Amino acid sequence: MKLAVMINEGPYQHQASDSAYQFVAAALEKGHEIFRVFFYHDGVNNGTRLAFPPQDDRNVQMRWGELAEKHGLDLVLCVAAAQRRGIADEGEASRNGKDANNIAPGYRISGLGQLIEAGIQADRLVVFGD
Amino acid sequence: MSDIKKFLYVNRRAPYGTIYALESLEVVLIGAAFDQDVSLLFTDDGVFQIKKDQDTNQGSGFKNFSSTYKALGDYDVNKLYVEKESLEERGLTVDDLMELTYEDEDDDWAEKSSIRLVSRAEVKALMEEQDVILSF
Amino acid sequence: MLHIVNKSPFEKNSFASCVEHAADGSAFLLIEDGVYAAIKGSSVADALGKAMAMGKVYALKSDVASRGIQAKLADGIEQVDYAGFVDLVTTNDRVQSWL
Repeated sequence: MKLAVMINEGPYQHQASDSAYQFVAAALEKGHEIFRVFFYHDGVNNGTRLAFPPQDDRNVQMRWGELAEKHGLDLVLCVAAAQRRGIADEGEASRNGKDANNIAPGYRISGLGQLIEAGIQADRLVVFGD
Repeated sequence: MSDIKKFLYVNRRAPYGTIYALESLEVVLIGAAFDQDVSLLFTDDGVFQIKKDQDTNQGSGFKNFSSTYKALGDYDVNKLYVEKESLEERGLTVDDLMELTYEDEDDDWAEKSSIRLVSRAEVKALMEEQDVILSF
Repeated sequence: MLHIVNKSPFEKNSFASCVEHAADGSAFLLIEDGVYAAIKGSSVADALGKAMAMGKVYALKSDVASRGIQAKLADGIEQVDYAGFVDLVTTNDRVQSWL
């Protein structure tokens, strides 16, 4: 089946990103296709490369990028939510007069249309939040 | 050729205390361009999102986004289901809600209410009809 | 429909609201703090009973274990792992998360 996932909360603060990650990993293991993982609300905070959590615990932000690279996943951070919360790629940063960008590898920033498209194209859309 | 899907946006939270109400509305507005069969459900504290008389000029510092709900009709989003029991539990009636309308192109553009007052039992059935259910 | 509940029923009304809005033939999956709803003999036993009368109630094994409530679950709760979670999503016609 073609599955899509929506993540509404940031890393560590809530379990949402963890649950979604384990779900996606299990789905891939079973041979399902992950159409897209869409990060909304505080979920965009999963997409920062500037986090350095303790080494003896999971790295929530980075492991999404690693999973994406291994399986060709489409990790999308909502542009409006990202702008509100200060997650930017190079283009967004320069367009908005910011002196730095912080997006992590494996993620891309795009519009809410990508979420709707995921709902339309996937057989199931599962929401993880608070 | 893809079929039209039934999208249900479930709103269970009050506005302002958290961002979910505002940002879920943004999804609805963008989603309107995709010509799917869209319904909004206001249940639990979600009914507070469309309470009339929201006044953010008393020092809240917030942008008052309640008027955005009034624009939904122009985006062909005109199925706004409001759960009766949720209103009653919160001491509200439909008269406490904003007037949200749309122009019915099949009825000479007559202005009609987008708000559909439904019972919990009807919400149960509504949910079972949907293809995609978004929670915020 | 598969209803996924992730919050504790003692913290939020999500589980209660889910049960009040679910139709017969629903499946319920408790994950994260939602697994606390599966504890036997709690103050939400009625809501749990109502859910079980409508369909099967599942709890995510790893979330039950992390929280140390393995021996406290009500009779009839079926534990699943993430592979089982995926199966529940694909075998039910639709899915809804009660946050």
